[in-house]
Amino acid sequence: MIDITLKVNGSEQACRVDGMTTLLTVLREQLLLTGSKRGCDYGICGACSVLADGRLARSCLLLAADCEDRAITTIEGVAEPDRLTDLQQALVDAGAVQCGFCTPGIVLALEALLDVDPKPDETAVRTALGGNLCRCSGYGAIVDAALKVAHG
Amino acid sequence: MAEFETVGQSVPRLAGAEKVSGRVAYLDDIQRAGLLHGALLLSPHPHARIRRIDTTAARAAPGVRCVLTGADFPHRYGGFVRDEVVLAHERVRYAGEPVAAIAAATLEQARQAIALIEVDYEELDAVTDVDAALAPGAVRVHEDFERYGRRNIAPLPPNVCAHTLLSEGDADAAFAGCDVVIEGEFRTPAQVHAYLEPCSALAEVEAGGKITVWSACQSVFRVQATLSEVLGMPMSRIRAIATPVGGSFGGKSDVTVQPLAAMMALRTRRPVKLVLTRHEEFLMMRTRHPARIRIRTGAMRDGTLVARSVHLTLDGGAYTEDSPAVLGFALLMARGPYRIAHLRCEGLAVYTHRLRAAGFRGYGNPQVSFAGESQIDDIAARLGMDPVELRLKNCVVAGDTWVGGQRIEAAGLRECLMAVRDAAARRPTVEVRPGYRRGIGFSAVAHICGILSTSAIVRVLEDGSVTLNTGAVDLGEGAETVLAQICAETLKLPLDRINVAPADTDGSPYNWSTGGSRTTYMVGRAVAQATVDARDKLLTHAGQMLECSATDLELRSGGRVGLVGVPGMEVSFHAISQRAHWVAGGPVIAHAAVMFEGGGFDPKRTLLSGNGIGRLGAFIFGAQAFEVEIDEATGQAAVTRAWSAHDVGRAINPAGVNGQIIGGVVQGIGYALYEELVQEGGASTNPNLADYKVPGAMDVPRIVPIIVEHPEPSGPFGAKGVGEPPIIGVAPAIGNAIRALTGVRLCTLPFSPQRVLDALEPPA
Repeated sequence: MIDITLKVNGSEQACRVDGMTTLLTVLREQLLLTGSKRGCDYGICGACSVLADGRLARSCLLLAADCEDRAITTIEGVAEPDRLTDLQQALVDAGAVQCGFCTPGIVLALEALLDVDPKPDETAVRTALGGNLCRCSGYGAIVDAALKVAHG
Repeated sequence: MAEFETVGQSVPRLAGAEKVSGRVAYLDDIQRAGLLHGALLLSPHPHARIRRIDTTAARAAPGVRCVLTGADFPHRYGGFVRDEVVLAHERVRYAGEPVAAIAAATLEQARQAIALIEVDYEELDAVTDVDAALAPGAVRVHEDFERYGRRNIAPLPPNVCAHTLLSEGDADAAFAGCDVVIEGEFRTPAQVHAYLEPCSALAEVEAGGKITVWSACQSVFRVQATLSEVLGMPMSRIRAIATPVGGSFGGKSDVTVQPLAAMMALRTRRPVKLVLTRHEEFLMMRTRHPARIRIRTGAMRDGTLVARSVHLTLDGGAYTEDSPAVLGFALLMARGPYRIAHLRCEGLAVYTHRLRAAGFRGYGNPQVSFAGESQIDDIAARLGMDPVELRLKNCVVAGDTWVGGQRIEAAGLRECLMAVRDAAARRPTVEVRPGYRRGIGFSAVAHICGILSTSAIVRVLEDGSVTLNTGAVDLGEGAETVLAQICAETLKLPLDRINVAPADTDGSPYNWSTGGSRTTYMVGRAVAQATVDARDKLLTHAGQMLECSATDLELRSGGRVGLVGVPGMEVSFHAISQRAHWVAGGPVIAHAAVMFEGGGFDPKRTLLSGNGIGRLGAFIFGAQAFEVEIDEATGQAAVTRAWSAHDVGRAINPAGVNGQIIGGVVQGIGYALYEELVQEGGASTNPNLADYKVPGAMDVPRIVPIIVEHPEPSGPFGAKGVGEPPIIGVAPAIGNAIRALTGVRLCTLPFSPQRVLDALEPPA
C-alpha cells in the first residue's frame, strides 16, 4: 500500500491505496464523494468524469497514485453546496436532467468546454459531449442548456 | 390563457437540483455499517450440465461470509412460466447465467474468492437461435417445461414458451381479391437496454426477521412479490424500497439482483450490497427480443388497405419472463394504425440458449412496426402513391375500433402525420455533397398506455401542505413531477406544497409498474381521483367552518377555500387541516384505486388466443419523419434531421414530453443504425460499451419534437402516455428513407454500412 495526498476540491486528503487503485474508487469509497458514477469502469461512458488540473478526465482510468500533483475537481466541488453554477441551473431549467446518472459527468464535460471556449457553437458542444453517454435525454435539452448559458 | 396554474407548465423536475449536483444517492452510493459486498460467478457455456461445484477454497478465503449456489434457491419463479432460477441449478442455459454468489467483507475479497470456486461443467449442445430451437429433435432448453407452473396451460411445441393467434375477418380470402400484395421477411436484433446505472440491490434483515431490499427497479411491488416466491416468505415479511433509478427502459421491470442480495443478507444477518459490473450487465441481464417477422399486406389499386397477415417469432432466450406478454402485445399492434378489415396475426416466443429477452421500450411494437411500416411504403411505391397520403387514406380516427373491438376514444394520428409532413417539407434545402445521397422517410406509430391497476393516497398535513404517495417509481422520465403537477392543479396549490413520497411497499399503495407508458395516464388518474376526494373533504370542513353549504364554496389559489362571490370569506387549508387534526373529523386522507376498464386477466381468453389481458389501455398515436444521408463510399447512414409528432392528449409538462420524445428517438436511431448484441456460438462477441454502440451526442442531429393534443376523455386533464411511442417508428422511417434513396428495401436491422452498401450495389 502507498500513502498519498490528493488535492480534491481544494482540500488535501490523505489516502492509502495500492498501485492499481483508480481515482474513482478513492473518490467514492475513501472520500465518500459519490457524485462521480461508476457506469462502465473502463473509460467509455463518461459518468465518472472529473477535472484534473482543469481538464476533463475519466477517474476510472486514472490511477490514484498518479494524481498526487494534480488538482482534482469533482461534481461536489463545482459549486458551493447550496448553489448551482449557471450551467447546472440551465440544465435543470431546460429539462436536460432525466435519470441523472450521467449528469455529473455531463456537467464537468461542459464546464471544461466553457472554460476554454466560452461561446461554443452546437458542433463544439456536441463534440465536447462526445465522451459522455446519456441513454435518456437524446442530448437535445443538454445541448440547448449549454448553448443558452453560452449565448444567453 | 391561464386555463391551468401548473398543468401545461414545463416546471423543472423535482429532484433536478440534487441530480445536477451529484447529491442524489443511487444504490451504489449508499453505505451501511458492517456492509458486506457481493460478487458473482457466471457460466462460460451456453448449455452445460453442472457435474460438481467445489466451493471449499472460496468458503475458507479471507473475508468470505457466505457462498451461494443453485442448491440454495429451491423455489422457481416467473410471472407467466415458473421456469426461472436465481442461480443455475444442475444446468446452465446461457453463457453469462450466474452460477454462484459470494458475500465478503470487501468487494476485492468477494471477487478473489469467486476465482477459487471450481465448477465441473459437462458441455452440451446448445440451440442459440430460433431456427435451431424449432428444428425437429432439437435439444430442449427446459426438459421439465410441462411440469412448471404456467399461467396459460395450453400445450405448446418443444422450446416454445408462448403461442398467440389473433384473427379478424378472413385474411386468406381477402388477399385473393387484392390488386397488390407485398410479402417480406424482416429480422431485428438484440438491443441492450444500456441504462447507465448497473443493476444493484442492498438487503438488510431486521431483528424480527423481516427483510428490507433497496434497489433500482420499476416496481417495488413486483420486487416484493417475486422475492416472496423466491425466498418462500410471505410478502408481509418483505419490504421493497426503490432507490433513484439511473435509467431502465424496461430492463429493471422484473427482479434483477434483488434475490441474491436478499438471500445473502438472510444467511449472514448483515447488510449486503450487490452491484453488477458493466461486463456482467451485458452477459447476464436482458435485451429486446430478437424477432423474425413474416408479413403480407394487401391493398386495392386506389390505396385502400384490405388485408394483413403476420407471423412473428420472438427469441425469448433461456427464461420466459415477460415473453408471452411481449408476444401478445406485438401481435395486437401488428395491424398498425390502419383500417384493415382482414387480419391474421400469429406468433411464437421461443426458448434459446441465450440471455433472456424482456420488456424494452415498445414491448414488441418496434419489431412489428419495423415490418409493417416498411410494407406501407412498399405498397405506396408499387401503386405510385405518396406514402403519407396512403397512410392518411387508411388511418384510424376516433370512434373506430382496434383489433378485438375496443373503441378508440381520441386519435390525433392524422394531425401528427400532417405535422411531420409539413415540417419536413419546410426544411431548408442543402446542397448534398458529391458521393452522398440524402432523402426522407416517414412512419406512423400506434401504441397503448394503461395496463392493469394502480392506486394513490393523498394526505393533507397539519399545515395544509400535501403528501402524495402512489408507489410509482420515477425512472428518470419525470413521473414524480407530473404526478405532483396533477395533484397541485386539482388543489390549486403551489408545487412546493406537494411532497411526493418514494415508492416503498411498507407505505405506498399498490402500483403495478412504471412501464407501458402508463404512469401519467394510469397513476395520474388515481392521483386525480384521490385528490378530488381530498378536495371534497376539505370543502366539507370549510362548509362547517364558514357555516355554509359546501356546494357554495370554491378553491382559491394557494390553498384556500372561499365562499363563491364573497372575496374575503375564506379559510386556508392550514386552518382546515388544524381543525381536522385537533377538533373534528380527523386528518384529511383520501385514496383512489383504479383498474383500466375491462383490463383484467381473463383465463378463458388466455386459453383461446394466448393473449391474456382484454383491454390494455388507451390508444396513443404519433408520426415520424427522418432525413437520412448515406455515404456512397462507405455505406454509413446518418440521420441529418428528424421530426417526431405525438398525440399525448394533453402535455402536463411539455418539457418532460419533449425529453421523452427526443430520448426515445435517439434510442430508435441506435436500434436502426448501430445496436446489436452479436452472438456467435452462444457467446456475445461485443459485450461492452466500446463494441456495442450506443448513440453519442455527435451521432444524432437536433430532433424536433411536435406535441399534438387531442384530450383523452379518461385521462387526467386529458393526458395520456408518451414514454414508448417515440422509439417505435424510427427504424422503419429510416428504412423508408434508404429505400427512397436506393430503391432497395433493407429487411434486417441494424442498417449497418455493409447492408447499406449492399443496397447501393446489390451483390451479384
